[in-house]
Amino acid sequence: MDQLLVSLFDLAYGIATLALISAGLALVFGLMRVINLAHGEFIVLGGYATITALQWGVNIWLAMLVVAPLTVGLFGLLVERLVIRWLYGRTVDTLLATWGLSLAMAGGMSMVFGTTTTGVPNPLGPVQLGAYQVGGYGVFVVCVTAVLMSVMYLVLKRTRAGLVVRGAMQSAQVVAALGHSPQRIYTLTFVVGSMVSGLAGGVLAPLVGITPSSGGQFIAKAFITVISGGASVVAGTLAASTLLGTVSKFFELLATPVVGELALLVSAVILLRWLPQGITSRVFKGSA
Amino acid sequence: MQRTNTPRAVARWWHGFVATAAMMALAPLLFAEYTLTLLAIYALLALSLAFVWGLGGILCFGQAAFYGLGAYTYAVVSINMGGSTLAVIMGVLVAAVAALALGAMMFYGRIGDVYLGVITLVFTLLLFKYASSTAGSEYVIGQARLGGFNGIPGFPPMNVPGRPDVVVYGLGLYAVVAVAVLACWALLRWVGSTSFGRVLIGVRESELRSELCGYDVRLVKTVAFGLGGAVAGLAGVLFACWAEIVTPEVFSLGVSAEIIIWVLVGGLGGLWGPMLGAVLLGALKGWLGMQQWMDSGLVMGALLVAVVLFLPQGVMPALARLASAGRKEGGHER
Repeated sequence: MDQLLVSLFDLAYGIATLALISAGLALVFGLMRVINLAHGEFIVLGGYATITALQWGVNIWLAMLVVAPLTVGLFGLLVERLVIRWLYGRTVDTLLATWGLSLAMAGGMSMVFGTTTTGVPNPLGPVQLGAYQVGGYGVFVVCVTAVLMSVMYLVLKRTRAGLVVRGAMQSAQVVAALGHSPQRIYTLTFVVGSMVSGLAGGVLAPLVGITPSSGGQFIAKAFITVISGGASVVAGTLAASTLLGTVSKFFELLATPVVGELALLVSAVILLRWLPQGITSRVFKGSA
Repeated sequence: MQRTNTPRAVARWWHGFVATAAMMALAPLLFAEYTLTLLAIYALLALSLAFVWGLGGILCFGQAAFYGLGAYTYAVVSINMGGSTLAVIMGVLVAAVAALALGAMMFYGRIGDVYLGVITLVFTLLLFKYASSTAGSEYVIGQARLGGFNGIPGFPPMNVPGRPDVVVYGLGLYAVVAVAVLACWALLRWVGSTSFGRVLIGVRESELRSELCGYDVRLVKTVAFGLGGAVAGLAGVLFACWAEIVTPEVFSLGVSAEIIIWVLVGGLGGLWGPMLGAVLLGALKGWLGMQQWMDSGLVMGALLVAVVLFLPQGVMPALARLASAGRKEGGHER
């Protein structure tokens, strides 16, 4: 019984990390149809922002939950102004430009921070779950993801701003005719997406060693989760991370973590082959 | 689209071909053949994507996958056979079959541009992850240990067919690579001018129209993708012979990105431009690698962003246009 609980928690944790690293990308892709291949480096940047803030003596929670999103949000604003803005509607060119950005960011970060792994102390001890102990920080990650997903859902579905943003994605002209500036909405969406990526980087920094080149391990998983999820931001991300997280965990238990990751990638390719528009093109259609 | 099969265009191409061949023959007088061999391998790799992307309009984010498969296959087969002849053939074949299989899966599933990019990217990552995880002694193919992150060292180098004791290296290897580049270039250019090639270009211009004309777009794209994979596999085989070690690095996303940058800078649509782009940028990267103050990823990435933003037609074509415009203006003055 207790063992089952621990396994379930493990599963929830796997799904939560997947959803967390995909959320920023999902926002930008779902709402703007822009695929940001530098997303992984955005996450790493969030991690480095946390590390730097910690070294300057900022409280760890503040560094993770405030400094990281703000730094990456500002960086996102810069990127949107300089690069993304000129490429709206040219999906393939956006892919290429953001790929270049990802290489440049990885190179830049290794020049600034060096190529060694930098750790962040884990601020939470273990938590008792029946007869077993699980990492308290894992519980925190699951909670952060749950809150983030709920907030994203509520903002998109229940607020006026969310309505306008969703409207702009369906028809920029109508929204413009109603007196909103689509350009500004796009900028805002990209900045918020970057902030979410920064948050992911900050929150994951104590768990994974951050190196300038670790963007690659995030982007692959985030990318396929978002693409498999399809157009609906929250429902798609949750559905895809649940499915892919479960598959990966299952194969991890059967064999090794590497096999789990390979199974994740293979199942995503198979999924895309049959549902090229993602899961939410069939189920949860029209949800946020 | 310029006609490529008029007598004049063919003659011009032959002039360019002979000039390039002469340059490649003379280059070892000026530069070290060790570097030149690598640059020529890069050119071959660029050629494979220039064909798939420039002529076929298929943007493959994972050309490194076929390159790496070629290199790994060469290493594994040459260790097991003790010679290189079969290994070279197998390397090209394995890469081609992988490309055909992946291509068939994608094109018969009618997957769009972006998703095609995703799947090719994921395919490369899969190979990278798998190759990196094969460190244990249980990962053996025949007598070859895959060796995980450290890769496979010490496999037999290239030898003269049928004479395992006569090893091809140094200037000899450069000659082999140079001939391979020229042969593949001529082959791909020839394919581009056949009716198959013209259908391929038609597909790039409008998939729907080609389909309505009765062509099987799926088959055409799959075959083109397979051909590109074979050339990339050959580049991988030659790289293995040059480096004398293969590591999972050959599958890395950085390699895939670089190939795309070469082709973009060299100019999409042609075959010669991307090869030149590969040689110049490969040399630039080698030079940057020697500098301590600048990371080559930063430069390559910034270059890619800049090219996409400002010169989507490529740097070389833009320079060529500039040059020809200047010439015309000069003519007016006279």
